[in-house]
Amino acid sequence: IDYTGTDPSSPCNKCLSPNETPCVCTINFTLEQSFEGNVFMYYGLSNFYQNHRRYVKSRDDSQLNGDPSALLNPSKECEPYRRNEDKPIAPCGAIANSMFNDTLELFLVGNESDPTPIILKKKGIAWWTDKNVKFRNPPGGDIPLEERFKGTTKPVNWVKPVYMLDSDQDNNGFINEDFIVWMRTAALPTFRKLYRLIERTNDLHPTLPAGRYYLNITYNYPVHSFDGRKRMILSTISWMGGKNPFLGIAYIAIGSISFLLGVVLLVINHKYRNSSNTADITI
Amino acid sequence: METKMALNYQGKSQKRSAVEKSINAFLIVYLFILLTKAAVCTTLKYVWQSTPYNDEPWYNQKTQKERESLKVLKMFTDFLSFMVLFNFIIPVSMYVTVEMQKFLGSFFISWDKDFYDEEINEGALVNTSDLNEELGQVDYVFTDKTGTLTENSMEFIECCIDGHKYKGVTQETDGLSQTDGPLPYFDKADKVTFSVYGFTFVGIRNGYMRVENQRKEIEEYELLHTLNFDSVRRRMSVIVKTQSGDILLFCKGADSAVFPRVQNHEIELTKAHVERNAMDGYRTLCVAFKEIAPDDYERINRQLIEAKLALQDREEKLEKVFDDVETNMNLIGATAVEDKLQDQAAETIEALHAAGLKVWVLTGDKMETAKSTCYACRLFQTSTELLELTTKTIEESERKEDRLHELLTEYRKKLLREFPKSTRSLKKAWTEHQEYGLIIDGSTLSLILNSSQDSSSNNYKSIFVQICMKCTAVLCCRMAPLQKAQIVRMVKNLKGSPITLSIGDGANDVSMILESHVGIGIKGKEGRQAARNSDYSVPKFKHLKKLLLAHGHLYYVRIAHLVQYFFYKNLCFILPQFLYQFFCGFSQQPLYDAAYLTMYNICFTSLPILAYSLLEQHINIDTLTADPRLYMKISGNAMLQLGPFLYWTFLAAFEGTVFFFGTYFLFQTSSLEENAKVYGNWTFGTIVFTVLVFTVTLKLALDTRFWTWINHFVIWGSLAFYVFFSFFWGGIIWPFLKQQRMYFVFAQMLSSVSTWLAIFLLIFISLFPEILLIVLKNVRRRSARRNLSCKKASDSLSTRPSVRPLLLRTFSDESNIL
Repeated sequence: IDYTGTDPSSPCNKCLSPNETPCVCTINFTLEQSFEGNVFMYYGLSNFYQNHRRYVKSRDDSQLNGDPSALLNPSKECEPYRRNEDKPIAPCGAIANSMFNDTLELFLVGNESDPTPIILKKKGIAWWTDKNVKFRNPPGGDIPLEERFKGTTKPVNWVKPVYMLDSDQDNNGFINEDFIVWMRTAALPTFRKLYRLIERTNDLHPTLPAGRYYLNITYNYPVHSFDGRKRMILSTISWMGGKNPFLGIAYIAIGSISFLLGVVLLVINHKYRNSSNTADITI
Repeated sequence: METKMALNYQGKSQKRSAVEKSINAFLIVYLFILLTKAAVCTTLKYVWQSTPYNDEPWYNQKTQKERESLKVLKMFTDFLSFMVLFNFIIPVSMYVTVEMQKFLGSFFISWDKDFYDEEINEGALVNTSDLNEELGQVDYVFTDKTGTLTENSMEFIECCIDGHKYKGVTQETDGLSQTDGPLPYFDKADKVTFSVYGFTFVGIRNGYMRVENQRKEIEEYELLHTLNFDSVRRRMSVIVKTQSGDILLFCKGADSAVFPRVQNHEIELTKAHVERNAMDGYRTLCVAFKEIAPDDYERINRQLIEAKLALQDREEKLEKVFDDVETNMNLIGATAVEDKLQDQAAETIEALHAAGLKVWVLTGDKMETAKSTCYACRLFQTSTELLELTTKTIEESERKEDRLHELLTEYRKKLLREFPKSTRSLKKAWTEHQEYGLIIDGSTLSLILNSSQDSSSNNYKSIFVQICMKCTAVLCCRMAPLQKAQIVRMVKNLKGSPITLSIGDGANDVSMILESHVGIGIKGKEGRQAARNSDYSVPKFKHLKKLLLAHGHLYYVRIAHLVQYFFYKNLCFILPQFLYQFFCGFSQQPLYDAAYLTMYNICFTSLPILAYSLLEQHINIDTLTADPRLYMKISGNAMLQLGPFLYWTFLAAFEGTVFFFGTYFLFQTSSLEENAKVYGNWTFGTIVFTVLVFTVTLKLALDTRFWTWINHFVIWGSLAFYVFFSFFWGGIIWPFLKQQRMYFVFAQMLSSVSTWLAIFLLIFISLFPEILLIVLKNVRRRSARRNLSCKKASDSLSTRPSVRPLLLRTFSDESNIL
């Protein structure tokens, strides 16, 4: 579902003007079929060059790994997002600075007056190794996170500092999973990132029954300036990942070509054997 | 510096092989590709950046410094960074591998047991490892006769003295108590002569030559002077003092050198003998003597010493004295010794002919001797029509040049008529047309090459060259060593610069060996100068066959494949990187991790190709030696021509595109994992890289026809090492690295089923054309074989008309069988 709002009829169109903050818009949609099993909610951006060289290297992995010296003295690669007003930025760099900050909420419209909110799970969207090894908060045991990040300032574009990303201590600071997902730079300029999980709660009911829904968006993230697009994608996953027509088509195509060639060669082979057989007979 | 060797020495130039030249040409092409790629990327980058939100979107701003730098300077640095990014397309590591291949590969020649000769207890020797593959490219073979084609072990056959022929009869003539010189070659011939006649040369002691005569008495002769042999005079003399005080000069030498200097009248008889002996292929030698009066000797002695001591022009002075002294001699007679052909020399020459090589024999011997040797070793067949350009055919006359001109034009006409203008099927033509052989001697050759400086001389030369090119075999006799080199140089500079190979055993062949592309020395009996100056030395002429047909062929195929493969794998490697630039805003973002970039050529793909290029035998060695025609397949640098090069390049381009876009389409989906987590750009690169490493290695495995355990070890070992390294590289947070971008990327990648499927699919697609080609080749070969057998089978039947009543046919078939 595209909610960029470039189309004037879109409810999010009003959010394109910069003076409307905070801007909340709502998009209605209908699911024709119910979603069985776990459903995954992605946000997708296009024309966003997360793979630009200047962008990719603009991070400090030792800072993100909780190194105290790197926290206060981030790597030079982070320029021009290294220091702000003489204070080191944590987390530094262009990637962190441009973190996706729209909030998406999903509601099922059961009966007109009382829409049911769908429970969206925040945790379990990042790689396990990233969450537990590669990204670490600065050391400090029981000291509150705010203390541990003392001496640093928030990235320029952020509203809140890094230690206020979430109320849950296991999902705050550098180990916030939204943040970790964002920090894994995408390979192509059009990409999707996992936003939330919708877990199946009851075996009897489908996770998302067919019906009308609406998506509540707190619109913060500007993409219009670079001709980008924002989308929300709901998807189920099979044992081999998301729906991928490429692999299927390619396998079928190659398989049939090979089969065809095999048949042709078999025929040729057979024909030649025949001719040689007849030659044998005439002798 | 005035030894014979030094005089014939020409200065050694760096020998470069044709393969190296092709490599350089390919390099230029790839350099051009590199520059184009960088230029295209730089241009597109600035086109792309012309929209401000692409140049500097809000999420990815430039630093102050970047903004301030000059645009021209920025463009230049961008161009350079693209060059750095794509520089792996130039296979730098290829040079290392090629050198290693050549160095290690040359051991195979010295290890070859077939080259081991029991007589001298030595095998082949490799002096340079640079030219291995050149052995597979030879077009012209220049061979010496004595000691190379022949054994160089002299067997006395007969002699004639004063016009009488003696054959094994004990007969003594005082005059025969002849000579010894420093040249072991003639020495031997004479020794044989002596022993037959009951004179045994004992040795030199205190300047006395001691000769044991029939009655077992030792006669002593005081050796006064030795007038050394040289190839211009073609004779040598000694001056001795007998016990009775007479001073005698004995001279021996080639007939043409001796006959004009004798006063006898029986020359005619001896001459006839000599001619006949030469026709039989014997080496002939004339002996003459002269008595010197004591006062004459005083004068000669003075002159000789004076000349020997002269500081300037010693050569000329000595020569002049020699010339003066060696006159008015009395002819004693002539000897004939047989020099047997080497074992399998004829077979070798035949094989070389069949392999499409042109064999030229360059010898210092008499024409008749050389000619009969050539017949004996089947250089000339009985059906070969001989064209002669010798002093005999040209005749000693005033009109030498005119006559020469006539002959040349006549021969050319003849040849041109035979061969149609187009040279396309020259090699085929040999088997179908009349074969021509050319005989030329030294004096005629010098007439052609250095005739008077008018315009016609050039003309002669070009006509001569044309004639030579049309002949299958050329015999050049009465050659001075420098003339040999001259001929080699002439052929070397022909159109298309054919590869020349010289083989010889003596010091007189050294200049020829040095001049040609590949020089082969035979460890013969004339000392080791040739072997020492050569690129390769073998004990016998017959070894040339295996050296060229088997080793040369294999080396060439190996190195050609090596070169092509290197360019191929680097293009495969860099092309996805280039394509990626289109998707990352031309920002020089590398697709692969830095470790992969550097390790690719060094660790992941280097050893399999090295092992391949050392061990590959696409055709069995025995088959190669048995079927010389296979050699023609690779002549003219066939595997490094434009065609194969384009094939490899397109293959690489195809595979690179498959790698990149396959992965690209794979990444169109939301997630590749069953837990819906997403992959980043490093996973993208790692998938491409994994497919790449597996494909290029498996491609080599497909090409390998000769599997040894080493091949298995390095091919599967490399792949295993790649997997192991990737796990290791991604398994640890490396403390010294600033960026932990590869952390667990590889392991995470392998946890996805889709990735596995995609990797297998992409490898298969990439190798598909190759597999298809192999299958088609197999089918064609099999069907060709079947056709062949069918044809053979039906040949006997084909004469019968096919439209006959069935009954009749079966009947007659049966009767045929019966």
